[in-house]
Amino acid sequence: MQVLNMRLPEIPDVAPLADYDAGLLTETYRRMVLIRQFEMKVNELFLQGIMPGTIHLSLGQEASVVGACLALEADDVITLTHRGHGQALAKGLSADALMAELFGKETGCCQGKGGSLHIGDMSVGALPAIAIVGASSPIAAGMAFAFKRQETGQVALNFFGEGTANKGDWHEALNLAAIWNLPVIFLCENNLYGVSTHITEVMAIEYVAERASAYGMPGRTIYGNDPIIVYEAVRTAANRARAGAGPALIECLTYRRGGHKRDDPGAYRPQEEVEAWFKTDPIPAFRDRLLQDPRFSTSVIEDLEASVKTAIDASVDLAQASDTPAVASALEHVYAD
Amino acid sequence: MQTDKRTSSKSPTRVLTVVQALREAVREEMRRDERVFVLGEDIRIGGSFLFTLGLLDEYGPERVLNTPISEAGFVGLAIGAAIQGLRPIIDFQYGDFIFTAFDQIIQQCTKLRYMSGGQVSIPLVFQLPTGASGRGAQHANSVETVFFGLPGLKIVTPATPYDAKGLFKSAVRDDNPVLFCVHKHLYGSKGRQLAASSISRGHVPDDEYLVPLGKGDIKKRGSDITVVANGLMLHRSLNVAEALESEGLSAEVIDPRCLVPFDADLVIDSVIKTSRLVIVEEGNERGGWGAQLAAEIAGAAIGYLDAPILRVASPNVPIPFSPVLENAVIPDESRIRNAILEVMDH
Repeated sequence: MQVLNMRLPEIPDVAPLADYDAGLLTETYRRMVLIRQFEMKVNELFLQGIMPGTIHLSLGQEASVVGACLALEADDVITLTHRGHGQALAKGLSADALMAELFGKETGCCQGKGGSLHIGDMSVGALPAIAIVGASSPIAAGMAFAFKRQETGQVALNFFGEGTANKGDWHEALNLAAIWNLPVIFLCENNLYGVSTHITEVMAIEYVAERASAYGMPGRTIYGNDPIIVYEAVRTAANRARAGAGPALIECLTYRRGGHKRDDPGAYRPQEEVEAWFKTDPIPAFRDRLLQDPRFSTSVIEDLEASVKTAIDASVDLAQASDTPAVASALEHVYAD
Repeated sequence: MQTDKRTSSKSPTRVLTVVQALREAVREEMRRDERVFVLGEDIRIGGSFLFTLGLLDEYGPERVLNTPISEAGFVGLAIGAAIQGLRPIIDFQYGDFIFTAFDQIIQQCTKLRYMSGGQVSIPLVFQLPTGASGRGAQHANSVETVFFGLPGLKIVTPATPYDAKGLFKSAVRDDNPVLFCVHKHLYGSKGRQLAASSISRGHVPDDEYLVPLGKGDIKKRGSDITVVANGLMLHRSLNVAEALESEGLSAEVIDPRCLVPFDADLVIDSVIKTSRLVIVEEGNERGGWGAQLAAEIAGAAIGYLDAPILRVASPNVPIPFSPVLENAVIPDESRIRNAILEVMDH
C-alpha cells in the first residue's frame, strides 16, 4: 500500500504577518496554546485515572480549528465532532466549563449531561457536539437555513473529518445546502485517518474537496497547520456566504499527534509519515513566525504561555471542587415544557 | 378564520375528513406563526395523502419546500432549523420512509436537548402516514410502534377529523419533536380508501380549538368491558362495540389519541368501573404500546380486574401483500369481537 507517498506535508509559502492586527495574532496563538495545554492536561488526568469517560484529543490540529473559528463572527455557529475540545475552545467556550464537563460536574457546560463527546455552549455559538460521524452536516445546513430565512446574516460552520466524506448524511447535506444556497461552510479536518483507516483505503479520489464540484459549490484543499491560511480561506467563504452566494467546502490537511483516542497509540501509522508531519507542528511553527514580527517578543509570548497554564490549572481545581450533578437531574431536559 | 376551500364554512354541522381537517390546521398555524414552514417530497402537488394540497399557492415556495428524495438530509436540516428558532413540519409521503433518517431522529432529534443540559429545544412535527394499506411490507409499518420506547419524542395517533385538527395544532405549538401518525385508511384523501365507521368523517367546528397532547378520549361509553384502541383499530373496535350493544353487551371504547404521553389514568378509571380490558393495536404484538399499557394496568389496577387482559395485535411478521394474507395479519373486527367475548366469558 502506497501510504508513505500520500499527503506528506507540503508547507506552502505564507504571507507576512505584518498585514494582520496584533490582537488577532495574539488571540490566534493564545487559543492554539490553550488547546495544546488543555489537551495535554486532560491526557495527564486520564493517565492518572482521575478523569472519567473517554477522550479524543485534538493535539496537532489546533491551527485548523483556531484559524476557522477566528474567521467567524461571535454569533456565527459551529457544529463539533467527537474530537471537539479544540473546536470548542477555538470558538470561545470557557476552559473552566469545558474541564468541569469532562469531569461530569454540575458546573460543566452541559451540566454534566454531555461529557467529552457532547460539549458545547450555545451562548458562544457552539452547538453541543454530535459524536455520530456525518450527522452534524445536515443539522449545520438547517441552522444556516434558519439564518437565511430569518435574514440574520449569520453563518454556520460544520466541522468534520475526512472519514465523514463517505457518509450519506454528509452528501445529502451538501446537496441541500447547494440547491438552497445556504450560508454554511463545510470544514474538513483531514488528518488522514479514520481511527486506523487511511483515507487512500476508503476514497478513490485524492482530496475530499474534489467532491464539492459534484454538488455545485466551491471546494479548496489547504495546508491546515497554519492558522492564517485557514483564517483566510474561511473568511473568504464566510463573506461569500453572507453575501448570499451559498455554501463552500474547505479541506484542511492536518495530522493527529496521538492515536484516535486515549487507549490508541496510533501504531498503524508509518514512522516516516509520523515524523514528517510532526515536523509541521503548528504551535512552534506559528510561535516562530510571531517572533519574526517586531511586534512580538519572547517575553510577551512566554507570559502568554504562562498565563494559559495558570488558567488551565485553575480550571482543573475548579472542576474538582465543583459539585456533582443532583441525581434527580438525570430525569430533566428530556422534554421542553 | 379561513377554511379549506373544499369544505363549506359556517355550516352548523361541517362534516370533514381527516385530511381536510389537517389541511385547515396547517393553514391556520402557518397564518398564526411566521416561523412555521412545511417541507417534504412532492408537497407542491399535495404529497402522497394530499395533506399539503393547495398550500404552495397560499404560502409560496419559501414556506412550502419541495425537497429532494433525501430524508436523512432534510430531517437533519429541519432539526437545525428548529434549533435556530423555526418550527418545521416535515410531510412524509409514507411514514415508512422515516427509517432512512433513523439516526437523525434517534440520536440527534431526541437527544440534543438532553445532552446539552437543556440548551436547545427542537419544535418539529413529523406528518407520518402509518399502517398497512395493501402495498406490501415496506409501506405497511406501524411507525408509532417502532419509536414508542424512545425518550424525547411525543407520539400522536389521531383517528377522527376533530381530533386530528385539534391535536395537529397542539403539535405545531409544542416545543418538542412530535410524530404525528395518521393511518393511511383514515385520511379520506381523494382516491384513497377510507375506513368505514361512524366517526371516520365528522363535525369540525368553525371556531378555533385545540386538543391537548396526552389526553385520551372515551369514544363510546359502556359499563361491561373497556376496549382501548387507536388509529384504524379504533374504528374497527367501535364498529364491534356498536354491534355488541344491540346484543346487550356494553363496551366502553377509549381512544388514547397520544401514545406519548399516554393518558393511563383514563384507562385505569375505566377499568375500575368495568373490571375487564382488551387492548387493540395494529402493530406487531411484540414490544407494542399495548404491552406497556397492560403492564401499567396490571401494576395499578390488577385488584379491580375480573379477567386476564387480552391484547389484539398483528403477529410478529412483516406485513404480506396478498389481500388475503394482509387481512389475516392485521386485526379485523372478528378478532376484536372474539377477544372481547373471550374476556367476557372468563
